[in-house]
Amino acid sequence: MSKPKTNVLYDSWVMFKRCLLIAMRNPEALAMATITPFALMFLFGTVFGSIANVGDFNYIDFIVPGIILQSVAQAAQYSAINVTTDMTKGIIDRFRSMPISKSAVLTGHTGAGVARNTITTTVIIGTAFIIGFRPQAGFMDWLMIVGFLLLIIIAMSLIAVLCGLISKTPEGTSGLMFPLFILPFVSSGFAPTETMPRGLSWFAENQPMTPIIDTIRNLMLGLPADNSLWIALAWCVGIIVAAFVAAAQIYRRKLQ
Amino acid sequence: MESIISVSSLKKSFKSNHVLNDVSFKIPKGSVFALLGSNGAGKTTIVKILSTLLKPDGGSALICGYDVVRQGDYVRGCISLTGQFAAVDEVLTGRENLKLIGQLKRLPDGKNKVDEWLRFFDLEDAANRQVSTYSGGMRRRLDIAMSLMDSPQVLFLDEPTTGLDPQNRIAMWDLVKGLVSEGTTVFLTTQYLEEAEYLADNIAILHGGKIIAEGTTEELRKLLPPAKKEYIEKQPSLEEVFLALIGEKKEGGHHE
Ligand SMILES: Nc1ncnc2c1ncn2[C@@H]1O[C@H](COP(=O)(O)OP(=O)(O)OP(=O)(O)O)[C@@H](O)[C@H]1O
Ligand SMILES: [Mg+2]
Repeated sequence: MSKPKTNVLYDSWVMFKRCLLIAMRNPEALAMATITPFALMFLFGTVFGSIANVGDFNYIDFIVPGIILQSVAQAAQYSAINVTTDMTKGIIDRFRSMPISKSAVLTGHTGAGVARNTITTTVIIGTAFIIGFRPQAGFMDWLMIVGFLLLIIIAMSLIAVLCGLISKTPEGTSGLMFPLFILPFVSSGFAPTETMPRGLSWFAENQPMTPIIDTIRNLMLGLPADNSLWIALAWCVGIIVAAFVAAAQIYRRKLQ
Repeated sequence: MESIISVSSLKKSFKSNHVLNDVSFKIPKGSVFALLGSNGAGKTTIVKILSTLLKPDGGSALICGYDVVRQGDYVRGCISLTGQFAAVDEVLTGRENLKLIGQLKRLPDGKNKVDEWLRFFDLEDAANRQVSTYSGGMRRRLDIAMSLMDSPQVLFLDEPTTGLDPQNRIAMWDLVKGLVSEGTTVFLTTQYLEEAEYLADNIAILHGGKIIAEGTTEELRKLLPPAKKEYIEKQPSLEEVFLALIGEKKEGGHHE
């Protein structure tokens, strides 16, 4: 009568749809995924564009990667809060007492986070085009850009799920996610690191956002690839593996 | 008669709080078993262990012939849980909550079941409203409906009628009677002794981490002599039996 075999893919798909529904119900989160990145891109591209000096670059072309990372980090916070809510409210006990795959709850949230951040990223790139973004990337470059952005989005979504699991309250979750959307500002995203004060520039050069941003920028603007590509790739894969393992571990411990 | 639940020497402590010391009982297939006990006696703890949410420290429990610790997946396939606190998704609507369970349980006629239960629990008008706008009793009814989306072999109801109005309580009682006549086994905890008296085939009283009395209402009544000094000989109510039994076991002269 009872089938012990659970289907991770099917259960994750159902949970993914549920998480999307939850996201749609939160107007603030929806705005954070769509309107905020639009406004941010617009503001930085037009207002600061006329006063900022980034060498040979057009300011819009320069800041697109930084804006993407900043907005994705900000939107990811809602995945984190949704995970915390799920883990602290009664619904998780219902799922746990049902014959479904345990990890489906987390894969559902991760998937919804990836979907939301893909929209965010698309909005930013679209807005950038409207206000004068002129990338030089060829077809192969764009394929690499898409692949790379996807890696980053998955990494951010997994970090969000991890923060959501660690925290006991939604407020605490926002706090945990806070450094993530400050990091892009202390990187090569909005100004060349050479222009920063000494300590800050050291930090900026050694944190993951800088090689990631440099790599996307190089690809978008058709600049020659440098070793930031490999450093960025290592960071992304490292973060994905570490966040995945940590999240799975904490989740298992939480369920006893 | 064949037991569908058999629990022997179950133990569980939370740090130095020894909640369950040595709990054993058997429940025949297709019967209603009511577990009574004061607040904090450990009723919910037993329900959580049997529904695989909590690991016992010792002893064993078999449901449908499967061990709750080692064969959790099989156990989850034959039970359904309505916990003490509503396990519903606040953000989704009532209909979406039921639909979600239908999908996770892969019911072929999920849509009909959703309508059926919304009608049964008088939730049709509220079906498309977010659960966060529901009253306590509505939430409870939705919670119970979610547990009944497919007909489980064993149904756990942890204080199911707490917070329900008399009308819905009676509907719930009829429902339980109906389910049992179709072969479902019901494990019930309640604070309403007349509920246990009306529904249960067997009643167990949990006190001091042990089952201190077990039997049908009639058998439990025999534990107390009929009140003597009355005009007409009056049978003790289950409530009197309950209070007498747990009063007896409260040692140290603490009780009022
Ligand atoms: N997760 C937990 N951590 C620590 N102690 C716990 C935990 N869950 C339950 N307890 C303790 O175990 C005891 C039994 O709790 P339980 O919820 O099983 O009681 P109950 O019989 O269901 O009571 P009630 O009638 O109030 O629902 C209580 O003393 C409670 O404080
Ligand atoms: Mg309880």
